[in-house]
Amino acid sequence: MRGIVKRFPGVLANDRIDFDVRAGEIHALLGENGAGKTTLMNILYGLYRPDQGQILLNGRAVAIHSPADAIRLGIGMIHQHFMLVPTLSVAENVALGLPSSRGFLLDLDVVTRRIRELSNVYGLRVDPTAMVWQLAVGEQQRVEILKALYRGADLLILDEPTAVLTPQEVRELFATLRRMAGEGHSLIFISHKLHEVLSISDRVTVLRDGRVVKTLPTSEATREELARLMVGREVLLRVERSPVELGDVRLSLKDLWAHGDKGVPALRGVTLAVRAGEILGIAGVSGNGQRELAEVIAGLRTPSQGQVEIDGMDTTGWSPERLLKHGLAYIPEERMRDGVVRDFSVEENLILKDHVDRPFASGIFMNFGTIASYADRLIENFDIRTPSRDAPLKNLSGGNIQKIVLARELSREPRVLVAAQPTRGVDISATEYIHQRLIAQRAKGTATLLISEDLDEILNLSDRIAVMYEGQIVGVVDQREATVEQLGLMMAGAHKV
Amino acid sequence: MIAQLFSLTTLIGVLTAGIRLATPYLYATIGETLGQRSGLVNLGVDGIMLMGAYAAFFVTFKTGNLVLGLLVATMVGGLLGLVMAFFSVTLRAEQGITGIGVYLFGLGMSNLLFRKTLGTVETVSGFPPIHIPFLSDIPVLGPIFFSHNILVYGAFALVPVSWFLLNKTTLGLKIRAVGDNPKAADSLGVSVAGVRYFTEIVGGMLEGIAGASLSIALLNVFQENLTSGMGFIAVALVYFGGWRSVGALAGAILFSMVNALQLWLQVIGIRIPPDFAIMMPYVLTIVVLAFTAQRVRAPAALSKPFERGEG
Ligand SMILES: Nc1ncnc2c1ncn2[C@@H]1O[C@H](COP(=O)(O)OP(=O)(O)OP(=O)(O)O)[C@@H](O)[C@H]1O
Ligand SMILES: [Mg+2]
Repeated sequence: MRGIVKRFPGVLANDRIDFDVRAGEIHALLGENGAGKTTLMNILYGLYRPDQGQILLNGRAVAIHSPADAIRLGIGMIHQHFMLVPTLSVAENVALGLPSSRGFLLDLDVVTRRIRELSNVYGLRVDPTAMVWQLAVGEQQRVEILKALYRGADLLILDEPTAVLTPQEVRELFATLRRMAGEGHSLIFISHKLHEVLSISDRVTVLRDGRVVKTLPTSEATREELARLMVGREVLLRVERSPVELGDVRLSLKDLWAHGDKGVPALRGVTLAVRAGEILGIAGVSGNGQRELAEVIAGLRTPSQGQVEIDGMDTTGWSPERLLKHGLAYIPEERMRDGVVRDFSVEENLILKDHVDRPFASGIFMNFGTIASYADRLIENFDIRTPSRDAPLKNLSGGNIQKIVLARELSREPRVLVAAQPTRGVDISATEYIHQRLIAQRAKGTATLLISEDLDEILNLSDRIAVMYEGQIVGVVDQREATVEQLGLMMAGAHKV
Repeated sequence: MIAQLFSLTTLIGVLTAGIRLATPYLYATIGETLGQRSGLVNLGVDGIMLMGAYAAFFVTFKTGNLVLGLLVATMVGGLLGLVMAFFSVTLRAEQGITGIGVYLFGLGMSNLLFRKTLGTVETVSGFPPIHIPFLSDIPVLGPIFFSHNILVYGAFALVPVSWFLLNKTTLGLKIRAVGDNPKAADSLGVSVAGVRYFTEIVGGMLEGIAGASLSIALLNVFQENLTSGMGFIAVALVYFGGWRSVGALAGAILFSMVNALQLWLQVIGIRIPPDFAIMMPYVLTIVVLAFTAQRVRAPAALSKPFERGEG
């Protein structure tokens, strides 16, 4: 790609970018949220038209006006925001747009068989007959990867494919990617996790504010160096936690049972208590009931048995509205679906939960001045990259949309905070800031339930760590005594040793 | 005398009429279902039916050729579907408004043409009944199900055909995907606009046939506003049927049976205002949706124009 320029209203997303990928190479693309990675890849895949610049493929200038053109040229893409049809089955999603072996008749049985083969070979567990809306995000990500593998592109773009995968799945994916590169395919890999980039890629290109900062061979790169190139300053990769006086129990779960979307019990007797000033980490491979647990506490899922108590009051079955008035903040795992209104502005999304209350409203009137200055403050503090506070949310980059939810929830001064995968998809400097905010909130006495698949994050932030497996808590360990190995064993179902 | 009205013959009469009356609803409802599954709402169904009815009648009246009449009605319907698609897909116009525009155009145009070219209510001899050998001789069932004209059989055949198209073909998969997540379909190289043009044109053709079934197969006349709102009922039946072919069948039958019953009630002197009959599918739809809302979901992209690269 030569001299690519892409302008959006108020933003120069790509500024004269030169970028090349060699045959058989895994080329990582790094950059903060909003640096322009997805935009560049969307141009390559025909979703956006560049304002300037040209694309060369095997030395020949090509015109890519649509994804159909890109597919014809052997380009595949795994999108940052899933491109799945929720009402269709996994097999139907894979078969969509592909020629069938039976002409105009669907050959879902053939597709299903191929998917089973591929998932065996590549270690991507998915049930081809499941409906996509029933799948957890991690599973949806696997479907996206399968879709791409099924099509077998010469040049495969992977836009943050590992954000929602478990460490084992990442290992398996990496083995797959290496094999593909070995066969001569070219791969472009985007991730905010530096250790992944260092372990998988041959070369790295770092973008900042729409420009290429540097392209270098991975063998010459270090974590610190990459972080500095991305952010433009040194980044703390650890947070300082000072001891905090624990208060009363703020959140208490008593023998909670609940069904998952597929109708089988997803929570099987969870009992936990979180005290004021405490961060309780929930570790576990996704799909073991974490999502249901968060939803039950947030009032989005009705438990079949058991109780949720906040500040000693039984809040089981309360509406989300009543819960949030009661001081509960909730950072949902699927923020695109559960956390934002895509067609609303940045500002409206930031006050979504409190728009009827002072200081944002008096009676039926909105106080636009207050709202504007509040929004500006949050945009500033959380470093949300947006052309303005009234830009439509859907135009923001993926990581910046994540930040909106985090900014809104953390700024509500919650008594109880449920944070599911809070740093998924956000860049390292934002991760640093979010970690600092969680710690600051803890010092103010918030009781936090931190659900995360990232063990480093759990170990860095939590006071105690509970491990979930198949809907149950298999053990709770103190952070000072916890080790990665021990947690790993417990996540695989071994009881506390 | 009352006993006679409740006799077997009357019952067969009501049921036969019910099956016949389902015909225009089936064509129109399935046509609209196709469009809606791909994400397009067309409120112009009634206007397209009127144009189809007029075209079929006029051509048949002038040439005596029923097949030609049907063909022209199909083409006129397809053309109006094309217009509808041009506005809602290419120009991304508000679909509700475009549909009302198409309805008013069809209503006005068919009136105008009727007055200019026919002037008075004429009749034609429509498609004759085809008695299916053996089956039509079965007592009771024979006359009810197997003694209809070709368009009635066609309407019922359309149910499995459209089901098959939607669920068993690659095109059907594209239609469903485009109606639910056009971005995803687009990212796999599916032409969202192409699919939507297709469903809207085919839908228009079926709505044209729906009109023709009235003017050259069931009633065999044409007059101003012949359909009197049937197209709108068809739209309600799409929701009633949960965007499925079988649902459309259930809705069309239920509604036409209720209608036949109401006609029969009027015959025996129990008067109910016809407005109630017209309200019926809407009321039923609301009731059904109220009870099935959780399971039946509209295509997620319904009535939303698609534009690539919009974040
Ligand atoms: N469709 C759009 N309309 C307007 N602005 C857009 C659009 N898409 C992206 N942008 C802007 O372009 C810039 C680059 O966005 P892009 O999605 O490429 O970032 P990114 O590097 O992929 O970030 P992330 O890590 O958060 O995914 C951002 O400032 C974003 O707000
Ligand atoms: Mg991105």
